[in-house]
Amino acid sequence: MTNLRDQVGPYFGEFGGRFVPESLIAALDQLETTYQAAKADPSFQAELNELHRTYTGRPSIITEAKRFAAHAGDVRIFLKREDLNHTGSHKINNVLGQALLTKRMGKTRIIAETGAGQHGVASATAAALFGLECVVYMGEVDTERQALNVARMRLLGAQVIPVKTGSRTLKDAINEALRDWVANVDNTHYLLGTVAGPHPFPTMVRDFHSVIGTEARAQMLQEYGFLPDALAACVGGGSNAIGLFHAFLDDEQVQMYGFEAAGDGMDTPRHAATLNYGRPGVLHGARSYMLQDEDGQTLESHSISAGLDYPGVGPEHSWLKDLGRAQYRGISDAEAMNALRLLSRTEGIIPAIETAHALAGALKLGKELEPGSSILVNLSGRGDKDMETAAKYFGILDGASDGK
Amino acid sequence: MVLRMASKTSAALSSRKQSGNGSLIGYFPAGYPTLDESIAAAIAMCKSGIDVLELGVPYSDPVMDGLVIQAATMQALENGFKLKQTFEAVSAITAAVDTPVLVMTYWNPVLSYGVDKFARELAQAGGAGLITPDLIPDEAQSWLEASDKYDLDRVFLAAPTSSPERIQRACNLSRGFVYAVSTMGITGARNEVDQLAKTVVANIREASTEALAAVGIGISTAEQVADVNRYADGAIVGSAFVRAYQDGGLEALIAKVSELASSLK
Ligand SMILES: Cc1ncc(COP(=O)(O)O)c(C=O)c1O
Repeated sequence: MTNLRDQVGPYFGEFGGRFVPESLIAALDQLETTYQAAKADPSFQAELNELHRTYTGRPSIITEAKRFAAHAGDVRIFLKREDLNHTGSHKINNVLGQALLTKRMGKTRIIAETGAGQHGVASATAAALFGLECVVYMGEVDTERQALNVARMRLLGAQVIPVKTGSRTLKDAINEALRDWVANVDNTHYLLGTVAGPHPFPTMVRDFHSVIGTEARAQMLQEYGFLPDALAACVGGGSNAIGLFHAFLDDEQVQMYGFEAAGDGMDTPRHAATLNYGRPGVLHGARSYMLQDEDGQTLESHSISAGLDYPGVGPEHSWLKDLGRAQYRGISDAEAMNALRLLSRTEGIIPAIETAHALAGALKLGKELEPGSSILVNLSGRGDKDMETAAKYFGILDGASDGK
Repeated sequence: MVLRMASKTSAALSSRKQSGNGSLIGYFPAGYPTLDESIAAAIAMCKSGIDVLELGVPYSDPVMDGLVIQAATMQALENGFKLKQTFEAVSAITAAVDTPVLVMTYWNPVLSYGVDKFARELAQAGGAGLITPDLIPDEAQSWLEASDKYDLDRVFLAAPTSSPERIQRACNLSRGFVYAVSTMGITGARNEVDQLAKTVVANIREASTEALAAVGIGISTAEQVADVNRYADGAIVGSAFVRAYQDGGLEALIAKVSELASSLK
C-alpha cells in the first residue's frame, strides 16, 4: 500500500475484526451501512461541520508553549487545544458524529462507557442536544475519582450506572455496555468512545477525530510555515492519538509518539502500558495488543488516570506499532502529575491527567531530539475534572495533610 | 476425501429425537467452585439426565453472561482456575460417563493457548468440540481448520437478528448443532422463553434440512424445556443449574436436572 492514511477496517494488518456475539452483527452491519451512506452524503459532513463551528467551537487553536518548552531541552512545543472544545476534551468530535448517525438509524437511546467521564459527559451533552435517552456505564472506582463528571452527566439528564464487576474501571464499563446493547439493540446505539471495539468503530471513530490532525497540519503550515518534527499524544484506547496522527501518517519526516500510562512505573507490574507489555489477543470485539496472563485472562491495568486505565488499545495503533510508524512509551503517574503542575505554572493551562502523560512524554522527547526541533502535543482535555485528585496528590487543599 | 466420523453430539440429539423425546443440554462452569467439585457436579448432571454437557471455561470478560454465571465463573477464577484444567475436567468427566462434552469458551483463551494445540488437547481429553459465543464464522478460519483436523464439533450461534445468509452459513459450518439464541440478551433465567426462539429455529429449518437446532438463553423450567423441544432438537439450560448449585449445592443441582429431564420422558 502506498498511503497509510487510506487504510480502513475491518483489518489493520492482522489486527481488528469483529469478535462479538452473533446477536450484535446485524447492528454492526447497520452501523457500517449507515456510516458509509453518510460519508458519501455531502449534507452529512456539512451538518457535522456546522455543529463543530457553532457548538463545539472548532477549529481549535494552536498555542505555542514557550515557558513550558524551556524545561524540555532546546525544542519548540505547540499545543493543539482540544481542551477548549465544548465539554472540555476531544471526545465531542466523535460523539457528535455518532449522534447524527443515531438519528439517521432512527434510534432513540444511546449508551456509552466512560473512564474519565469525558466521553460520558460528551455523550450526555449530545443526548440533551438531540433529545435522546442516555445511559452511561462507568466503573465504580472511576465514579469516585471523577465525581465531578458524574454530577455533570446527571445534570445533563443522563443516567449514570456505576459498574461493580471485575476491576470496576473502564474495561468493565465496556462489558456492561455490550450487555446492554445486546438486549436493547432495537432502539439503542452504543456510542463507543474510543478507537477500540469491533469494526466499524475503530475506523469510524478515527475518521471523526481526524479533524484534529487535519486542522493542526494546516495550522502549522499556515501560521509557522513548517510541519512539526514529532507528534505526541496520550494513549488510552487511542482516539485522541489517532485523531492527531492520521493526517500526518504519510509525512515521513514527522515522527509519532504515543504515551501510555505506566502507573507506578515501567519496572513495576502496576501499569496500563498495553502496547509496551501486552501481546496480541481479542478483547472487546477486536484483535489487538492487550494485557493478559498466560491463560488469555485480561489483566487489570493501573493508572492514576481513569481515561488511560485500560488493558486494551485500538487495533490501528497495534498495526502502527508493528510497522514501526509510531512509537509507544510509558509515562508514570508521578511523571504525569509533575507535567500537569508544570504546564499549569508555566502556561496557565491546567490539562487533564490523561493529557499530562503526553506532556510528560514531550518533556523527555525534547531532550532526545535535535536542537531546534518542534513537537506538536495533542492537548486532549482540560483538568477541571481532576482537581480533587490533583489537590490530594499535591496536598493543596486547606487542611490536607497527605500531600506529596 | 477423508471420511468424517459422525458427530457424537448430533448422534445423541438425533437418537433422542427419533425415540420421540427431546433433549436437555446442561451448562456448568469448570472450576466452580473448585475443579474437583465442578467435575463431580458435571458427572452428576450427566447421570441425572442431561443429554449433552456444556462445560464452561471461566473468563475475565464474559460479555454474553448474566449475573448468575458471571458470579460463578469469577469465583472459579478467584479460586485459582487455570485453563489447562479444562482438559483435566473433560478427561475426568468422559472417563466416568458417555455424555458428549462440549466446551463453551470465549475466544481469547483459545487464541492465547494456540488454536491447534487447544483443539488437539481437547480431542485427546475426549471432548466433543466447542461452543464459541464470541466467535462468528467470518473470523473462525483457524478454528474451522483445527476442528476438521481433530474431528471436533463446532457450534456457532444463530440470533433473532441474523440474516438468512448468516443463518445459512451457521448451518453449513456448524457441526453437532446450531445454537439458536432465543432472545436478544445475555444468559439468565426469564419467566417466558421468547417467541423469537421459534422464528430462529424456523429460519434454521429453512436453511438446512440436516442441521440440528438447540435453543438457549432464558430457559429455566421443566415446562419451558418441554415446550422448546416441541419445535427444536434440544433445550440448553445454564443459569438455572448454576443458581440451583449456588442455593443448595450438589443435591439441589441433581434435583433440578432430574426435574427438567423428567419433562422429556
Ligand atoms: C482528556 C482525555 N484524553 C485522553 C483520553 C484517553 O482516551 P483516548 O486514548 O481514546 O484518546 C481521555 C479518556 O477519557 C480523556 O478524557
